[in-house]
Amino acid sequence: MDLFYFAWLREKVGTGSEQRTLPADITTVAALVEWLKTQSPGHAAAFADPALVRVAVNQDHAGLDAIVTDRDEVAFFPPVTGG
Amino acid sequence: MIHVQTEDFDAGALLNGLLNDPAAGAVATFTGTVRDDSGTLTALTLEHYPGMTEKQLQALEDDARRRWPLSDVVIIHRYGRLIPGDRIVFVGTRAAHRADAFAACEFLMDWLKTRAPFWKQEQYGDRQTWVEAKASDDTAADRWS
Repeated sequence: MDLFYFAWLREKVGTGSEQRTLPADITTVAALVEWLKTQSPGHAAAFADPALVRVAVNQDHAGLDAIVTDRDEVAFFPPVTGG
Repeated sequence: MIHVQTEDFDAGALLNGLLNDPAAGAVATFTGTVRDDSGTLTALTLEHYPGMTEKQLQALEDDARRRWPLSDVVIIHRYGRLIPGDRIVFVGTRAAHRADAFAACEFLMDWLKTRAPFWKQEQYGDRQTWVEAKASDDTAADRWS
């Protein structure tokens, strides 16, 4: 699975992107977030308050209940501030 | 036409490019620039999600074209390090009548602010802070749904 992090989530995780093999029992964004929190102190800090985090699956906005597989591209970021 | 770029753009040239269709009676444009409320902003750096940005902007253009009879749409958004007064974003719409051009231009800006994956970081001297999203931007976008 390709994972991307942007803005302050990138800073807290310590990288803008990483590849990980998704454990078979993880099928939703919410479960993915809980698993990522266990991967490093940086991940734990980035996802400390999930209410601040937005998600995209395969470059479309998605919710915590979205289904994910190991073939998906998932990105985590704060609410967008362009324009 | 959608461009996501670090380079500056010429808003006048983009406007003139839209003003070349005798069948269209209306062109509306919006240009956003880096605002310095306090007079102490050193720089504004925009980060974006390459790939998703273009995909979301194209989806916005497609949505606008479904809602209004537009003969052309231009969206330019910059990223990277900008300073106060720099141009950030340009949206232009062309239609037969002004109501459609105005509405589509405003729709595109409102939705861009809540859907396009850009993030602004302000720099004041040595201090850097991420800009937080505004609830008023969500409200502005919601009125189109």
